[in-house]
Amino acid sequence: MNKFFKSVLGLSLIASAAGLWITAPRTVPAETFTSLTGDATRGEQVFWTGGCASCHTAEDDAQDDRILLSGGKAFVTDFGTFYAPNITPDPAHGLGGWSAVDFANAMQAGVSPDGKHYYPAFPYTSYARLNPQDVVDLWAFMQTLPPSEVANRPHDVSFPFSIRRGLGVWKVLFSHPEPVVTGDLTAAQKRGQYLVEGPAHCGECHSPRNSMGGIDYTRWLGGAPNPSGKGTIPNITPAALDWSEADIAEYLSSGFTPEYDSAGGEMAEVIENTARLSDEDRAAIAAYLKAVPRISQ
Amino acid sequence: MSYITKIASVAISAIVISTPVFAQDAKVLEAAVKARQAQMTLYAFNLGLLGDMAKGKVEYDAQKAQAAASGLTALTKLDGSRMWLPGTDNESLENTRALPAIWAEGSDVGEKSKALKAAVAAMDEAAGQGLEPLKAAIGGLGGACGACHKAYRAPKS
Ligand code: HEC
Ligand code: HEC
Ligand code: HEC
Repeated sequence: MNKFFKSVLGLSLIASAAGLWITAPRTVPAETFTSLTGDATRGEQVFWTGGCASCHTAEDDAQDDRILLSGGKAFVTDFGTFYAPNITPDPAHGLGGWSAVDFANAMQAGVSPDGKHYYPAFPYTSYARLNPQDVVDLWAFMQTLPPSEVANRPHDVSFPFSIRRGLGVWKVLFSHPEPVVTGDLTAAQKRGQYLVEGPAHCGECHSPRNSMGGIDYTRWLGGAPNPSGKGTIPNITPAALDWSEADIAEYLSSGFTPEYDSAGGEMAEVIENTARLSDEDRAAIAAYLKAVPRISQ
Repeated sequence: MSYITKIASVAISAIVISTPVFAQDAKVLEAAVKARQAQMTLYAFNLGLLGDMAKGKVEYDAQKAQAAASGLTALTKLDGSRMWLPGTDNESLENTRALPAIWAEGSDVGEKSKALKAAVAAMDEAAGQGLEPLKAAIGGLGGACGACHKAYRAPKS
């Protein structure tokens, strides 16, 4: 985050020199989404894969209320604090007035209905890889969730990081929805690729970032310093993760490692989500992890 | 003896006396960390057999399952007070992943270990009764381990 914000500052300056055109928000093609009909049942799977509840549920909510997406969870950085917004269907405080296209723009272009850039604390750089049908299915599912009247807390971010326009340059440089791993993949590995690189956004934590806060795709899933303090987020390429595919799938289901230690920290939250996927999808993620290039420590 | 040399000798004897005390302290703290990690390893070792039976990786055997569950029960009875000494968090010492939050105000680590005791008791009841009861108890047990790790253990580096 630290690095990220420094670079946003630098980039904002470059942007004013280069002209503001590059920072103007770009949107998704509306026709792609208006022609599709969403299916809420399938959308629930996308929802759990996307891990929306981990960020958008209020911190003090009980476990079984996880699905009240009233927001409020704080993301503390050196430059200020971000608060996840209310994304329930409430018309006044949530997304009640949004269209599917508005939602697609938020998820895939990182742009709000009033044309502002979102901060990449919302992992739209990964969600940009979702296929359009999954986006409208997810949108249909979100309509079925209970509304909440909790008002959004404004982010507590100071100038110049508070200038959203500067994010336009960052996006041009670092938000690339094309697949990360190329080459021949089996059908299962392809499904795993879609999940890992897209909705499940595993690379947002498990890959290092460059000096400007963009994901370093040359070290994809190769481990990263933990932004929340001490320790590192582990390398999960085959160079470091020698678990069998069955062991990886089991970890994503029960949280147990092959030694019967259990997942901790943020990964425990991720597993609350992956535990709800189908066995096939967990196996697909495991198959893909075996196919990513080895990144030595 | 002049005043100055007196002070010097007092100071020196203080160093001489206190150095071994410090070394002793450090050893006590390190031993505490090793002991609790060993306890955790034994939890995982016993849970491991039960987990492998639940998964079908190892054939169910009532006697062995019961022995593993009784092992877990015995482990929950170890005195924790000497293993979880203040000053043994991962900001004070190197070889530990225990977060300072364990000792901080508002810590509910006691609740987490009570929850583990309850889950282990349920497993102790179930493990010898058949594969289905064992399977029914394993989720709660794994959940009790995970809940505490999520709150109080740093990620591995
Ligand atoms: C890592 C945490 C995180 C995850 C995971 C996450 N979000 Fe968010 N989301 C945020 C933050 C932070 C913002 C605020 C961004 C800003 O204001 O620039 C946000 C903003 C949004 C917005 C814009 C809301 C508004 O009022 O403008 C929508 C819609 C949204 N998220 C939907 C989702 C969905 C759907 C998912 C799951 C697929 C999801 N988010 C997953 C952190 C997250
Ligand atoms: C009350 C909190 C708590 C509970 C309950 C708990 N653990 Fe732990 N566990 C910890 C902490 C804290 C550490 C880190 C200890 C350290 O590094 O000093 C740890 C570490 C571990 C380790 C790594 C040991 C090592 O060598 O570093 C394993 C394995 C483990 N736990 C297994 C388990 C299993 C299996 C269970 C359930 C049967 C369990 N734990 C229940 C708090 C807990
Ligand atoms: C919010 C950040 C975050 C996200 C997103 C995330 N992880 Fe993790 N992951 C972690 C952390 C932190 C650990 C270390 C857990 C621990 O210390 O027990 C970890 C551990 C792991 C491990 C165990 C590695 C080992 O050697 O012990 C695997 C496998 C893994 N993650 C796979 C995934 C997959 C697959 C995804 C996407 C579905 C994913 N992770 C998404 C943070 C994350």
